Amino acid sequence: MADTKIADAFVEFERVQKSYDGEVLVVKDLNLSIPKGEFLTMLGPSGSGKSTCLMMLAGFETATHGEIKIDGVSINNIPPHKRGIGMVFQNYALFPHMTIAENLSFPLEVRKIGKSEREAKVKRALDMVEMGDFGGRRPAQLSGGQQQRVALARALVFEPELVLMDEPLGALDKQLREKMQFEITHLAHELGITTVYVTHDQTEALTMSDRVAVFDDGRIQQIAPPDELYENPQNSFVAQFIGENNTLSGKVKSISGDQCVVVLDSGEEIDAMPVNVSEVGQRTTVSIRPERVEFDKSRLHADAHTLKAEVLEFIYMGDIFRTRLRVAGNDDFVIKSRNAPDQTRLKPGEQIEIGWLPEDCRALDA
Amino acid sequence: MSETTHTGPVLAADGTPLKKSLARALRVEKMRALLMIAPLLLFVMFSFIWPIGEMLFRSVDNREVGEVLPKTVAVLKDWDGTSGELPDETVYQAFTADMLVAIDAKQHTKLGRRLNFEKTGISSLFRKSGRKIKKLDLETDGPFKEALIKIDKKWGDVETWKAIQTHSVNYTNGYYLNAIDMQRTPEGVAVQSESKRIMMTLFKRTLWMSLVITGMCVLLGYPVAWILANLPARSANLLMILVLLPFWTSLLVRTSAWKVMLQQQGVINEVLVWLGLVATDDRLVIINNATGTVIAMTHILLPFMILPMYSVMQTIQPTYLRAAKSLGATNWTAFWRVYFPQSIPGIGAGSILVFILSIGYYITPEIVGGAKGVFISNRIAYHISISGNWGLAAALGAILLAAVLVLYWAYDKIVGIDNVKLG
Repeated sequence: MADTKIADAFVEFERVQKSYDGEVLVVKDLNLSIPKGEFLTMLGPSGSGKSTCLMMLAGFETATHGEIKIDGVSINNIPPHKRGIGMVFQNYALFPHMTIAENLSFPLEVRKIGKSEREAKVKRALDMVEMGDFGGRRPAQLSGGQQQRVALARALVFEPELVLMDEPLGALDKQLREKMQFEITHLAHELGITTVYVTHDQTEALTMSDRVAVFDDGRIQQIAPPDELYENPQNSFVAQFIGENNTLSGKVKSISGDQCVVVLDSGEEIDAMPVNVSEVGQRTTVSIRPERVEFDKSRLHADAHTLKAEVLEFIYMGDIFRTRLRVAGNDDFVIKSRNAPDQTRLKPGEQIEIGWLPEDCRALDA
Repeated sequence: MSETTHTGPVLAADGTPLKKSLARALRVEKMRALLMIAPLLLFVMFSFIWPIGEMLFRSVDNREVGEVLPKTVAVLKDWDGTSGELPDETVYQAFTADMLVAIDAKQHTKLGRRLNFEKTGISSLFRKSGRKIKKLDLETDGPFKEALIKIDKKWGDVETWKAIQTHSVNYTNGYYLNAIDMQRTPEGVAVQSESKRIMMTLFKRTLWMSLVITGMCVLLGYPVAWILANLPARSANLLMILVLLPFWTSLLVRTSAWKVMLQQQGVINEVLVWLGLVATDDRLVIINNATGTVIAMTHILLPFMILPMYSVMQTIQPTYLRAAKSLGATNWTAFWRVYFPQSIPGIGAGSILVFILSIGYYITPEIVGGAKGVFISNRIAYHISISGNWGLAAALGAILLAAVLVLYWAYDKIVGIDNVKLG
């Protein structure tokens, strides 16, 4: 599942492995190329190896095997302070005994940049994150969101070409997080810096990134732009992890080109698109997004397979309706429908028939 | 809600003013809290505050002379000691009268001892003359000037009377003057005679050596605290036990152990001689002097430095160092600019603790300090238990107390006591 090599790669992981105890590999054979200027997100559950990868790139962990290159140069033996990588930490790590301006000035001072230039750069960086008036304050006097901006400004003030962010928005409330997501992406693209962003929040990954690498069990399960990841998950882990998903399990009955028929364990037949099934008779998990399920027969192909469903629960969520169904013995089958004036509101106990376009139902590994 | 609309005091539900009602509700809690601390409070009052107040009062209390020789002191007021002439017969007569009362009450030797602090020899003069003055009759044996000079010719010495006159005030600054190598004389305040000048040396030595000990503790304790704070919990606990181990051994035992280690035929010297680093007739003198005191006290006070430093360092997150390095700082710069400033409150707390403990230290300097390594507290102990000059001991103690308070105040001004964290 690792990606193919990119010719103009800026950051490269080549066959990187990492083990802490000599027994278990936390990162297993990682190959990854990131072109200049890309916003790449490493997404995965905790313990999937994504943070370890970031720390190896930053230089705080050494790779057990393999090579990490920046701009074609191996950085395995370069200490962190010489890598010139900006980094934003989960808890911001703003130095509490320094003012905001001193915090920003710190990376410039250790680079022996003159005072006047330093002040100009600090001011520019603070203005960039709209914190220009806060230079004289201490980190403890700022709110979480403000500290976040300052941390970002500090990581950018020495104009690194690569910035790493380790779950930087984890401590913020939902609204602020959404605002910051937008600001960070905006800033990263405007400055043209390469960004590696680590998160376990899939919404964050989808909304911010140029590409998302989904980590699990020390491997990249899939690396793709957000829309492709959401719509064409390559295996059931990715399908489950990104967005909401309904799964049904069964056996492949027939395959013809990019369509196949799956017999569910309950005996019913459905249309699906074969993704990583290749033989008739193979066990498979099919996955369907809740918003792609149709219960209005007029919108389906005449010859499309349909399933009987019983409405169990109807939840009004404002912009959408969320309806839980029993389908082929699965009580957690969810469909989402837009709250429009002509939308049908299903009632619990109602018997309906549901179906979907074959390309929306993906037959994945079991 | 209607209470908020009209002016005047806010009323509780039953119509009493809310403030009064609140005070009543809180009074029970206050009383309970007071009752709970009462045993300790009483204990501290009677066993600590009151004796200390009593002791401090002794540093100015000088009623002894006036009480034993009331008539003498009254008539001696008019005598001009600087004239070089002996006081006249009225003084001698008053003195004999006072002495006869004092001898009956056996007070005269006590007074002699008191005046002996100021002028050597007076103690024996009072004791010896006492027996003879007892036989004098106030009605028949006058004039007493000749009689007394016949008993002991020191009664014919102007200096004796000057001593009595100078130290006859009820409240004196004499002890404090003595404590800083000065003295009261009939001519006013003067510098102590050279042979008795020892206090300032001792004060300076106490302060200087306490500073050295504090410095040594910072240097030795900082890395240990750092390792403690950065080790995984299990190893840290083990190491912590090693740090605390000295606390479980008697102070006297530890100090005596240092005596074994440091003496000329001791472990350290023997090892150095065996290694050929030191000639056998040129062994290091590292005990019974300042070096011995510094070594032993640094060891004994080290845990008091490590513990506060450790508790502060524990709160410094390792991401700060990582952040500093990611921003381009070398290991040293990251430590010095980011870690060290955040650990200063711990150093401050440890330093105050160690410094204050060490300027009042007594046992260790007494055992390993010799003549060149004793502190002012050893002098205090000497005056309490050997010379019996409690007034001087009290004055020395008061000065020490004041010095600690001044240092504490200075520290608060410079570093801020809020920055001190003990845990």
